[in-house]
Amino acid sequence: MSRAGLGLAALAVLPLGFLVVFFAWPVVAILRLGFADGGVLAALAEGETWRLAWFTVAQAAGSTLIAVVAGLPVAFLLARVRLPGVAVVRTLVLVPFVLPTVVVGLAFRALWPDGGWLSIVLANAFFNVAVVGRTVAGLWALLDSRAEDAARALGASRWRAFRSVTLPALMPAITSAAAVVFLFCATSFGVVLILGGARYRTLETEIYLRTENLLDLTGAAALSLVQIAAVLGALLLGAAARRRRESALRLRSRRETARRPVGGEWAVVGAAVVVLGLLLTPIVALLLRSVSTVDGWSLAGYRALSSTGNDGTLQVSGWDAALNSLRTATDATVLAMVIGVSASVLLVALRRSPGRLARGVGESMDAALMLPLGVSAVTVGFGYLITLDALPGDLRRSPLLVPLAQALVVIPLVIRTVLPVVRSIDDRLRQAAATLGASPARVWREIDVPLASRAVVAAAGFGYVVALGEFGATSFLARPQTPTLPVAIAALIARPGQLNNQMAYAACALLMLVTAAAVIVIDRLASGRVGEF
Amino acid sequence: MRFRTGVLVGLVAALTAGCTLAGNDADNGPATVTLVTHDSFAAPQQVLDAFQQQTGITINVVKKGDAGALTNTLVLTKANPIGEAAFGVDSTFASRALTEGVFAPYTSPEADRGPQRYAVDSEHRLSAVDVGDVCVNVDSTWFAERGIPEPATYDDLVKPEYKDLLVVENPATSSPGLAFLLGTIARYGEQNWQGYWTRLKDNGMRAVAGWEEAYGQDFSGSSGKGPRPIVVSYASSPAAEIGEDGKPRTKALLDTCFRQVEYAGVLAGSPNADKAQKVIDFLLSQQFQATVAENMYVYPAREGVALPAAWTTAAPLPPNPASLPAETVQAGRERWIEQWRSLLGQ
Repeated sequence: MSRAGLGLAALAVLPLGFLVVFFAWPVVAILRLGFADGGVLAALAEGETWRLAWFTVAQAAGSTLIAVVAGLPVAFLLARVRLPGVAVVRTLVLVPFVLPTVVVGLAFRALWPDGGWLSIVLANAFFNVAVVGRTVAGLWALLDSRAEDAARALGASRWRAFRSVTLPALMPAITSAAAVVFLFCATSFGVVLILGGARYRTLETEIYLRTENLLDLTGAAALSLVQIAAVLGALLLGAAARRRRESALRLRSRRETARRPVGGEWAVVGAAVVVLGLLLTPIVALLLRSVSTVDGWSLAGYRALSSTGNDGTLQVSGWDAALNSLRTATDATVLAMVIGVSASVLLVALRRSPGRLARGVGESMDAALMLPLGVSAVTVGFGYLITLDALPGDLRRSPLLVPLAQALVVIPLVIRTVLPVVRSIDDRLRQAAATLGASPARVWREIDVPLASRAVVAAAGFGYVVALGEFGATSFLARPQTPTLPVAIAALIARPGQLNNQMAYAACALLMLVTAAAVIVIDRLASGRVGEF
Repeated sequence: MRFRTGVLVGLVAALTAGCTLAGNDADNGPATVTLVTHDSFAAPQQVLDAFQQQTGITINVVKKGDAGALTNTLVLTKANPIGEAAFGVDSTFASRALTEGVFAPYTSPEADRGPQRYAVDSEHRLSAVDVGDVCVNVDSTWFAERGIPEPATYDDLVKPEYKDLLVVENPATSSPGLAFLLGTIARYGEQNWQGYWTRLKDNGMRAVAGWEEAYGQDFSGSSGKGPRPIVVSYASSPAAEIGEDGKPRTKALLDTCFRQVEYAGVLAGSPNADKAQKVIDFLLSQQFQATVAENMYVYPAREGVALPAAWTTAAPLPPNPASLPAETVQAGRERWIEQWRSLLGQ
């Protein structure tokens, strides 16, 4: 094996090892239990299974479409517009993304009591506008605008120039974001459970039901297979779309490309403002809810954050839960960044390598690394319970379990944010550097790292807030002595009594604040780096 | 003499090694017992600390979903349990845990103070810790303002004057929802319960996924101020809805209650069985039982434990709740849920 080959193999150990131990092994173990009971094939033949699959795909496709349509004007605003307040918008759009699903479900129910399937679609889109907006803006801000200017100089209308020059260049980021959003929506759990009531069910809620309540592992295994197949299908479609569109791009810093909007661009800015208004509606409703009681306005919920709730519902105070959230999310982010960035580097290297085999391996790995988004959290959670006791130290009882599970959720997101940018770096830059005598390490340090740093920091910020808000896996694995804020909110809301209720909504407000603060800090760091190139 | 010194040295060495390698197994050293429980478990830290002072045992609490998820976790991990003791398997799931051999026999000396009334098996693998009743709750203020009499029985709920007023939980996703379904089966029998539910559906009943939405969002009597004045909740819920005048704003209908008993037990194969047994004794002790009403909104299984003052008026223990034999529930549970789902088109 060549030295480069050895290097790649070494790089592959970390992400693949993590994926095998903390994802593939637990999931396969649970599926095996289902197969051991028999009847998986019979369950696959049931009409009900396919009705669930159809509804899952349809609602996810609808949500993805809405999120992309709403996210693009926001991306334009973030990437190309120099107006006061854009930095605030960058922070605001991320807030919906981290709210606990149970709370958002309740907020949508309050705003729209009989929304049915449409409210599921809208709520899923609500969570994911930020994914589209920020992922696309990440690339858009770096796109060289001179090609578009040239098209304009040659007589193309603004819309035409966008359609034939900018949009194709943005396509890798859009399809990446759409693939992630589709996966999030196809596997969204809390929102569907609450807004669907007993009527609208997806594969995910049905897997949860059969595993957690009915112990029907056979049925759950059958549905998991369908879900994994659907997710793989979506990933392959996404990969095909990316392959067709991808080209090396000239990247520039936002400082050069952002300016005051002109002409028709104001309409796009207007659209972005409307989207923001819609995103803020449930958030404002939550804030109002946190200060209103049966007997009028009150700050009792906020005061109660320093307590453990009505008669000690929680084992620690609301503030302690917030600290736990910060601590856990930090661990999860560090873990996810190490694994996600090394996986991205590896994937790009495999793609560039001359061998067809290596490229094929790269593509399969790309899909495999996304799979954690497509497998039910309850499958992974139960899988942990029946496998991780075989590791030294019985991780099932370890406080590390929550960061490990959160990292699993965050890694695909890191890869999808970092990979398009790393891939878009023009290889000719590298070749030029190599010709001039730079070692491979030096090429990485001088070319790839500076160009990718913004995406890396953005991914870290993104990952951090996702870990902060993660609820599905965390609620299954968190220990009561160290609840995260979303887990504490769910515990508070599950008890009668006005004070608990007020405190839950106040904790939501706190979570929004913590998120916003985290995003501001990380964006500051990011823009500091951008100035370097 | 030399021989005895050697034994002594050997003993000390063995004990020291025992402490470092397996400190938890040393008889008098500090020990931790992991108690696997459901999400609703809550106990004041002082009480846990006091237990730790008395016995040297630290209780490490691990929560796993609701009663159903907890039971399934215990079943899936029975070969290598994630803890030494478990609390929160309720009467609707007890038979699953017992059939699967999750628990080891243990008769607590505290059990004759009341918990034995609720015993489910002759080997005493499970000890009753608390009792909760799932009952229909009504918003008394809502009915008083409109001059409509409050409903009182299951039969009332299908009358035209209560059209579009009831919200219930899906029995597949919610444990009070399952209890309410079992209550209607106990009342109308296996032959007729589906007919009753058809009439409920025709009378505009709404089914939601969980208690949080039903009570916090749809029910008009909670701080959520929802649109519906009748909800499936607990007999104890009105104790949490006391207004500034000291009177409860809501009321549980005592003729619509279904009893759930929550049990604790030592997990089979626990290496620390003697310490796990002490934890079971603790859960049945006066000291712990006195906290369950305030902290978990359930009634203590032990006799002679005082309830909070507000409970005596707002949340009395229903005198004649319905129940079903554990084996009947075990045999029918999944089938009934399936029938309920197809009946409701859900």
